[in-house]
Amino acid sequence: MASNQSFAQNIVESGQRAAARSNTSAGTETRAGTFRIWRGMGASGQLEDYSTSVSEGMVVLDAIHQIQAEGATDLAVRWNCKAGKCGSCSAEINGMPRLLCMTRLSELDLEKPVTVEPMRAFPPVKDLVTDVSSNFRAKKRIRKFTPRPPDAPDGTWRMAQSDADRVQEFRKCIECFLCQDVCHVLRDHQLHEQFVGPRLLVHAAQLEMHPLDILDRTDELKESHGIGYCNITKCCTKVCPEHITITDNAIIPLKERVVDNHYDPIAKLVRLMRGSKSTDTGQGEAR
Amino acid sequence: MAEYQRHEHDVLVIGAGGAGLRAAIESAHSGASVGLICKSLLGKAHTVMAEGGIAAALANVDDRDNWEVHFADTMRGGQYLNNWRMAEIHAKEAPDRVKELEALGAVFDRTADGRILQRNFGGHKYPRLAHVGDRTGLEIIRTLQDHAVHQPIDVHMECTIVSLLKDGNRISGALGYDRERGRFKLFEAKAVVLATGGIGRAFSVTSNSWEYTGDGQALAYNAGASLQDMEFVQFHPTGMVWPPSVRGILVTEGVRGEGGILVNKEGRRFMFDDIPENYRGQTADNEEEGWRYTQGDKNARRPPELLTRDHVARAIMKEVREGRGSPHGGVFLDISWISSKLSNAEEHIKKKLPSMYHQFKQLADIDITKEPMEVGPTTHYVMGGIRVDGDTQMSSVPGLFAAGEVGAGLHGANRLGGNSLSDLLVFGMRAGKYAAEFAARQSSAKVDTQQADAIVRVALEPFDRAGGGEGPYQVEHDLQTMMQELVGIVRREGEIRRALDALKTLKERARKVSVTGNREYNPGWHTALDLQNLLTVSEIVARAALERKESRGGHFRDDFPEKDPSYGKFNIVIRRGANGEMQVTREPIPEMREDLKKIVEENK
Ligand SMILES: Cc1cc2nc3c(=O)[nH]c(=O)nc-3n(C[C@H](O)[C@H](O)[C@H](O)COP(=O)(O)OP(=O)(O)OC[C@H]3O[C@@H](n4cnc5c(N)ncnc54)[C@H](O)[C@@H]3O)c2cc1C
Ligand code: SF4
Ligand code: SF4
Ligand code: FES
Repeated sequence: MASNQSFAQNIVESGQRAAARSNTSAGTETRAGTFRIWRGMGASGQLEDYSTSVSEGMVVLDAIHQIQAEGATDLAVRWNCKAGKCGSCSAEINGMPRLLCMTRLSELDLEKPVTVEPMRAFPPVKDLVTDVSSNFRAKKRIRKFTPRPPDAPDGTWRMAQSDADRVQEFRKCIECFLCQDVCHVLRDHQLHEQFVGPRLLVHAAQLEMHPLDILDRTDELKESHGIGYCNITKCCTKVCPEHITITDNAIIPLKERVVDNHYDPIAKLVRLMRGSKSTDTGQGEAR
Repeated sequence: MAEYQRHEHDVLVIGAGGAGLRAAIESAHSGASVGLICKSLLGKAHTVMAEGGIAAALANVDDRDNWEVHFADTMRGGQYLNNWRMAEIHAKEAPDRVKELEALGAVFDRTADGRILQRNFGGHKYPRLAHVGDRTGLEIIRTLQDHAVHQPIDVHMECTIVSLLKDGNRISGALGYDRERGRFKLFEAKAVVLATGGIGRAFSVTSNSWEYTGDGQALAYNAGASLQDMEFVQFHPTGMVWPPSVRGILVTEGVRGEGGILVNKEGRRFMFDDIPENYRGQTADNEEEGWRYTQGDKNARRPPELLTRDHVARAIMKEVREGRGSPHGGVFLDISWISSKLSNAEEHIKKKLPSMYHQFKQLADIDITKEPMEVGPTTHYVMGGIRVDGDTQMSSVPGLFAAGEVGAGLHGANRLGGNSLSDLLVFGMRAGKYAAEFAARQSSAKVDTQQADAIVRVALEPFDRAGGGEGPYQVEHDLQTMMQELVGIVRREGEIRRALDALKTLKERARKVSVTGNREYNPGWHTALDLQNLLTVSEIVARAALERKESRGGHFRDDFPEKDPSYGKFNIVIRRGANGEMQVTREPIPEMREDLKKIVEENK
């Protein structure tokens, strides 16, 4: 087959490209990098510099592990999957909330020390580990999934893929809590008990827009989950490693539902803002 | 002596992956008071990483599927060393467990008529894997977790169990420490369910996380339970090989299920070169037919890329060894070629394999819609584990149950992809149910604090040596490298013996490791403790591998490259002898029921 011919050619060429990559910057070729890591117990602590060798393809988590193995054996860090799937390794890299396992060193300027700090919105435990238990408590307060009776006699439901798509976006969430980390309501005002935060609003949206769920959670969204505290700064959407459009797709529709049931001044403002061109809240996304 | 935080539960579930969560939910449902423990935060267990799907004969995509075919596929995949009763229960109950997930809120991908969609996977005759793109595990664990938090279940996150406790012959609880503060916790329980997962960290190239240090296998072994089939470790054929820091990270079989093909550096699709006899009838003999199969043509046979994992992994090794591999010691896995078949190939790939697209883009700078990936085998799963009763999941220790990857029996010599997630739900549920029943029949067991004190003393020893010995990471690293080399994909008697010798030295070194710092969230200390379990399971794997002088499923002996029918009649079982020595025995597999034999025959 003709297509097979070009296909084999493609493989050979791609092999040559891959080999070229490894020749110029083989995994053996290393350089030194400095990592300025937060070391501390509870609230007290300081940044400390560690130097370690870095090679092609390394991510920040690799550097942290290397530093642990080279002597800082008690350096505390959470991780599991090393592939951006579990949401354990959240931290602030050069001040940006990121996953340690998905941040490649090649994206960073290694001429300067790379700063690695814990998520600052949460109570510090040790080094890069913080107390994220408020997120787990908040979820308990959101009423659980409650389906309509099954559609078919065998106890199953029918659901179109297009309806599944909408909630599947929210269900991609890996609970890294980076969105909670940047949300000023939690970070600057520490209103963890009053406002469930963007992650839990994504959870609520997933329930509210679930094709099978029959509960209406708008009352508690306003009364106890504090949706009114969100003023649509969209910081959460920008940091989500799963690219969930938290504000536009989850929070704003929830706010609209709340408005439909209650009078909510901020949400109303939001709707006005979305209609006006004079705001800088990311017009591109707002559509 | 030592101070403990005490907790009392009817049923204590150790492990909060799919199996542990499902067990805890079932126990709570039966009215038991339940404690649920995990080393990481809730929802971060291995189950979250599962990609391709969950196997269940729902017959939504191909109505020829049913439990009998699933049963026969599982037995064939396991080369008939499976506990056939478990394979039967699994095939029969998996559809209900999947449907039940939907009732708890899971949103699977859909068929055109709105039912749960199913995809092809290696060794499954029909499209059988319910899935959500390539993040099926996340969907499952989140669904169970979100349900469990509304049940009367006490969750103890970031708590590591270091020993089970016994009252005479029967289980009485467990001892652990909370990772955050380093304080010891004493759990009293009438029944314990182990759901701690696998042992992948015993090898250097692995898809498994730090959690997989064989804790459950070692805890059970130390408590006197039997382990079986531990020689069967699954090396998944497709792990990432480049760059070095991501070596081992999994590339889902779903890539091949969607039409991805394996080629060597000459561009040859080498999987067509060697198709095993017992799969020949079911395997396509030309590329066109293979492609049609992946696109749902019911008259087509599966492409050879979808043969069982042990076979594909060895075929890849062969290409690499014979100099036809890719630049970084793997082969090419290509899905981009489907652009010659589908006009919207790029969109299609991103939709069907979103996290693979991301993973390669972000970690390797490769756009899989345009370029082939480089892949090679990676340690993935252990078929062996705690020997249990097929119906109740109880081990040989009264009151000690096991479910999920830590258990053994369902998969025999080789696990089919997708059969783990279904295993977790089917047997997690059963373990939870029977553990609660067991607990209801028991009076409270006595926890012996002297027993606990002794364990605590040993656990704290690495601090006493602070600064005086080598750190735990180096020993762990040397263990992994040694196991990979000597007891890895290809095994030989001499090498296994060398491994057993090396283990003696490593044990000595591990006994002397020292850690610095304090007890609060101290990964060095945690590693020092986990290391003990890794050493125990590594020795068990090596001893079982030595005993099985044939090649079958995940176990390949270069010095005995053929399958030996006489080895098909027993499982290798390991337990601790009266003097602490490892006892290796051969336990005959009970004769299969006639009706099941007939099913196997009919599906040959
Ligand atoms: C990358 C990847 C992809 C996979 N894809 C698929 C797939 O598509 N289909 C499929 O069927 N299978 C797949 N598998 C296999 C499957 O995901 C696992 O076998 C399965 O999730 C194991 O579940 P489990 O409940 O037994 O254990 P886990 O989910 O691993 O949970 C183990 C739990 O035990 C806890 N634990 C362990 N030790 C201790 C201790 N000492 N004290 C306290 N707690 C402890 C852990 O913290 C964790 O909570 C995949 C595996 C990997 C790694
Ligand atoms: S948009 Fe709302 S939830 Fe998101 S960061 Fe801003 S205030 Fe917080
Ligand atoms: S919504 Fe995004 S940022 Fe927030 S927890 Fe989930 S994955 Fe993380
Ligand atoms: S380790 Fe899992 S997301 Fe980083």
